[in-house]
Order: sequence, then C-alpha cells, then structure tokens
Amino acid sequence: MSTATVWTLVVLCAVVTVAIKGAGPLALGGRELPGWSGRVIALLAPALLAALVCTAALADGDELAIGADTAGVAVAGVLLWRGASIVVGVAVAALVTALLRAI
Amino acid sequence: MEPTAAPPSLDRRARFRAGLRAGVPYAVASFFLSLSFGVVARDAGLSSLAAIVMSAIVFAGSAQFAAVSIAAAGGGLAAAVTAAALMNSRFLPMGIALAPSLPGGPLKRAAQGQAVTDPSWALALGEGGRFDRWFMFGCTAVQYAAWQAGTIVGALGGDVFGDAERLGLDAVYPTFFLALLLAELRSRAARGVAALGALLALVLVPFTPPGVPVLVASLAAFAGLRRRAA
Repeated sequence: MSTATVWTLVVLCAVVTVAIKGAGPLALGGRELPGWSGRVIALLAPALLAALVCTAALADGDELAIGADTAGVAVAGVLLWRGASIVVGVAVAALVTALLRAI
Repeated sequence: MEPTAAPPSLDRRARFRAGLRAGVPYAVASFFLSLSFGVVARDAGLSSLAAIVMSAIVFAGSAQFAAVSIAAAGGGLAAAVTAAALMNSRFLPMGIALAPSLPGGPLKRAAQGQAVTDPSWALALGEGGRFDRWFMFGCTAVQYAAWQAGTIVGALGGDVFGDAERLGLDAVYPTFFLALLLAELRSRAARGVAALGALLALVLVPFTPPGVPVLVASLAAFAGLRRRAA
C-alpha cells in the first residue's frame, strides 16, 4: 500500500465509523420509541454478540474454518462460564492457541 | 431530569466513576486486542504512526481489523472501507436503541453516540431499554485509553512480538466478545435469541461479505417479541 492509500484508508474508516455511530442518535433522539422496542433492544446484545463470537472464531473470510484459535476460544469459554474474569479468559485463549500452533 | 435526589453533577460523577471501574477488565482485554492490531497493521504495511492514528480516530476494533486485513490482501480501498462500514453496521441498531436515552439537539446526541463500544453499550443498558449515559462514558473512557496504549505498544514493538498469530493473539478478539455474551445470557429468551443470531450469522458467512452476517443476526432480537406474545 502506498502512503497516500494508507492515510486515505485511515481517514475514510474514521468518517464511516463516526457517521454510523452518530446516525441513530442524530435521527431519533428526543422521541420515545414504542413500548415493544425495549424488549427488542434488550435482546439485541445477545444476538449481535453471539454472531460476532461465532464469525470471529469460526469464519476465515467467507469460509468456515476451525483452527487453533477456535480451540483456544472454546477453552477460554469454559473458564468464563465457570466465573473466570475476562482478563484470565483472554490470556488463556491466546496461550492455548499459541501452544497448539507451536506443536 | 435526574431520577435521584442527589445533585445532578455529583450523581453524574459517581456514575462516570462506576462506569470507569466496570470498564477496567474490558480495558485490559482491549489492551491486548489493540496490541495485536498494532502488530497486524505493521505486518499489513501501515507505518507505526498510521496504525496509532487509526486507533485514535476510528476506535472500532472489528472495523480496524477488517479494513487493514482486506487492504493488505490487495482488496482495494473501496472494499476495505466497505468492510469497515459493514463491521460497524451493528452500531446502527445500537445507536437507535441508545438515542432516546441521550439529551440535547441532534449534533450533541450524535457526538455522545460516538462513545458507544460493545462493552460500554451492553453494560450501560438498564431495565426497559434505557441507558445510563454517564456510566457508558466512563466505561468507554478507560477502554479508549487502553486501546491507544495497546496500539502504541504493538505498532512500535511489532518486531519484538513477531507474528500475531504465532502468539495466539487472534483468539483474543472472539474471547473478548464471548465474555460479553456470557454476561447477557441470564434469561431463557436471551439464550434463544443468541442461538438464533449465531445460526443466522454462520449460515450467511459463505454467501455474504464479512460484516453482513452480524448485521443480519441482529434481526434475531425480534424473536423476543414472538416469545412474549406466545
């Protein structure tokens, strides 16, 4: 990548991020959403997060792939489920993944 | 109007500090995530300065990873920016959900909306879909600091760390979101919606550009309505 391309990429990514994060509050504030929306909003987080976890751990571009990182995330998931902190989970995930790749 | 009897400014500071404290574990994880971004960005051909500036002004991990990896693979500028936009598209429904909890005119609300991160949004969400905005600002502030620190260490020390994958740093990102997800799975409805969202996303992966599966998965939240009606 040329220097100009890199900086254009950086600036354009910033612009789209600011626009997307600002769009909802810009257009919709000051107005109460209908009553049923609260329940949908509360359930947005599990829907989005589950999709992010699965695509991050199981997808490589447009292919589904199971790798060392999938195993690392799975082991960390068990620890997190049993009450480990996110810091421990992240450290274990990286460690397990690195060990599996080293073998 | 503030719902408590305490002076609003004091109350705000207390909630901001509560947000800071709640954000610390996520900030520590953010540090390692952005460290891996710094290493990946250098490998992709960005200068250390470009990587650091990108974290400072974009501050959206999934978009940064997507844009840099696609640009590095020769995907072109348009594809890289589109991927960043799609990865960020989940912030659209999140921003719509947040909007009624923000005071002020459109521009002031849009500025406050910049404080949304995945953990701060999820942690600031209270009963009935209302958000505690000062809590969210605090939670985001500590993550922002950690995000910058991690990028600087990764971008400047990249040669010391070598290959991000060899160190297993690519497992940090999904684990980060898994920790957030597990905290959300208290109700049966949430578990059902999460399973549906995961299924939707995985089915779409082979057919759509990265980012689209996650955006479409947000529709799973509407399944919660049917459950209550039933």
